[in-house]
Amino acid sequence: MIDIRGITKRFGEITAVDNVHLHIEAGEFITLLGPSGCGKTTLLRVISGFEPPDAGTIHLAGQDVTHHPPYRRSVNQVFQSYALFPHMTVRQNIAFGLRMKKTPAAETAARVDEAIDLVALRGYEHRRPHQLSGGQRQRVALARALVPNPHVLLLDEPLSALDAKLRRQMQLELKRIQKRLGVTFVFVTHDQEEALTMSDRIAVINQGRIEQIGTPGEVYHHPRTAFVADFIGEANLVPATLASRNGASTCVVRLDGGLLLTLKAGQWPDGLRRAHLAIRPEKILISKTLIQEENVFEARVTGEVFQGVIDRLSLECDAGGIRLMAVVANESAIMEAIHEGDRVWCGLHSDDVVVVP
Amino acid sequence: MQTIAKFETNNPRARAPRLAGWLLLAPMLTWLLLFVIAPMAILFVYSFCRRDDLGRVVHEFTWENYARAFDPIYLNILGRSIGYAAITTLICIAAGFPAAWFIARQPPVMRNRLVMLVMIPFWTSFLIRTYAWITILKEQGLMNGLLHAAGLTAAPVEFLYTPAAVIIGLVYAYLPFMILPIYGSAEKLDFALVEAAYDLGAGPLRVFREIIIPLTRPGIAAGTLLTFVPAIGMFAITDLMGGAKVPMIGNVIQKQFGGARNAPFGAALGVIFTLMFIIAYTLAQRRRSSEQ
Repeated sequence: MIDIRGITKRFGEITAVDNVHLHIEAGEFITLLGPSGCGKTTLLRVISGFEPPDAGTIHLAGQDVTHHPPYRRSVNQVFQSYALFPHMTVRQNIAFGLRMKKTPAAETAARVDEAIDLVALRGYEHRRPHQLSGGQRQRVALARALVPNPHVLLLDEPLSALDAKLRRQMQLELKRIQKRLGVTFVFVTHDQEEALTMSDRIAVINQGRIEQIGTPGEVYHHPRTAFVADFIGEANLVPATLASRNGASTCVVRLDGGLLLTLKAGQWPDGLRRAHLAIRPEKILISKTLIQEENVFEARVTGEVFQGVIDRLSLECDAGGIRLMAVVANESAIMEAIHEGDRVWCGLHSDDVVVVP
Repeated sequence: MQTIAKFETNNPRARAPRLAGWLLLAPMLTWLLLFVIAPMAILFVYSFCRRDDLGRVVHEFTWENYARAFDPIYLNILGRSIGYAAITTLICIAAGFPAAWFIARQPPVMRNRLVMLVMIPFWTSFLIRTYAWITILKEQGLMNGLLHAAGLTAAPVEFLYTPAAVIIGLVYAYLPFMILPIYGSAEKLDFALVEAAYDLGAGPLRVFREIIIPLTRPGIAAGTLLTFVPAIGMFAITDLMGGAKVPMIGNVIQKQFGGARNAPFGAALGVIFTLMFIIAYTLAQRRRSSEQ
């Protein structure tokens, strides 16, 4: 549906988007995820036509639209600030796109009604934007952008102004609407949880470049760079050196500080001496009794933070004093309680260790 | 929005200005009372008085000043004044809007500098600036010199003391009063709204008509009010640059208080003029509030 080929956008000395290639399928929900200032919003604005790229082309439904102005692209945007027209009612806002396309009045009315039902705003049609709550404004912005039937809907951090509960609710609702209409969604966010919840694919962007593209599972479980491992979810990033290779099946790596871990031979790229190990906190098994695992090491719990569903533990490994973060489900009557000061056994499976260059 | 409204009604301090509020307002209220309300009250009284043969105001009730004010001569002059003011206002909008929009779209530092440029004329006396225009437009002035040097004209063109000169002077005098309020509105306009309209398929003209004009209308209205009303009553420019050849209502009123020594008649014209605007303004306000 969208073919982004070699797009580069500079602002003076700063390269906001750096030679980005991205192919987006029709009906896909793709998220551009990255920290603020990484260039994700600029990329979105290049797609919508607000920023002319310095290099590269944008193809939309097979047509080169690189030099088309925003009003001649079948792309609509939900703005971060919603950008609802304050002098128009909800209904006039939603109908605006159809009116600009000179759609016949009867058809306009029918499609606007449909959109109002889709976003559950029946009864609010004649209100002005300032008479609506944040969540309602968000729905108006969504309906307004959907009603002209764009090929692609661009969403620029649309949920960032909502409170946590409403945001989770809107995440599911956006996903539901996207599935139902089959419209291609390009969603920009800096919130990795939001990206994981909603996306078919995530493009992780850092410093104007795409670091990794993949399904939420892929980018979470198999981050290809330290940045991705760190940005998506949480990870212990520990520098390590290859200690020895044991034939074709396993290798031993030494974490800086001294702890040795056994990994599968293929996990450590040939020719590489040093790398980072990315270890997700929830993948470290913790017990006060000795456990059977591929890698087992002893540690002391030096800190504990209660976070409701989980307890976050700071571990200090006996071998070399390496510090790791781990999480355990909060204790229940049937589970072993682990607290600060406890001595514990930690288990780690080689498949749960990701080597990132 | 709703929570704010609730907060206000729950907060008794917000309901009416108390003593502290009145104290803060006192200097301004005193000023207005002494120098606006009182003179207007005096004028109002004068307008129903007679004058004696020496031009002194005689406190005897009469309608004759008002009767005279509706003489076709004065109605014509008033009509012409309104016409000139209307043309001035339209030119000010046409020239001021793009300037205001441009300034509002600059980065903040640049914006402040440009706004200062708009205000620089206020640092010099208005009369001096008008005389400067006279030296530009007069027969041996800068304009004719340039035109002649460029070979565009053979003989000097008469610019000064024409209706065009009056309009030039009026536009020059009132343009900042149009630019500043429009700038105020344009600066507040969230540019994302313009982008949203583009995004939804509106071309530049539609965006201008559907988004920019409606959302800067308060500024345009304020600018019009600040330009149109004073332009009708202006007498200095029409005197100096129009050569008093085509009298405006301002000149007539001024003359009644000056050379003609007929203060009551001048007062009556002034009262009519003022009432006209209060009525027009009230009607416009009422229409606006009913629109909302």
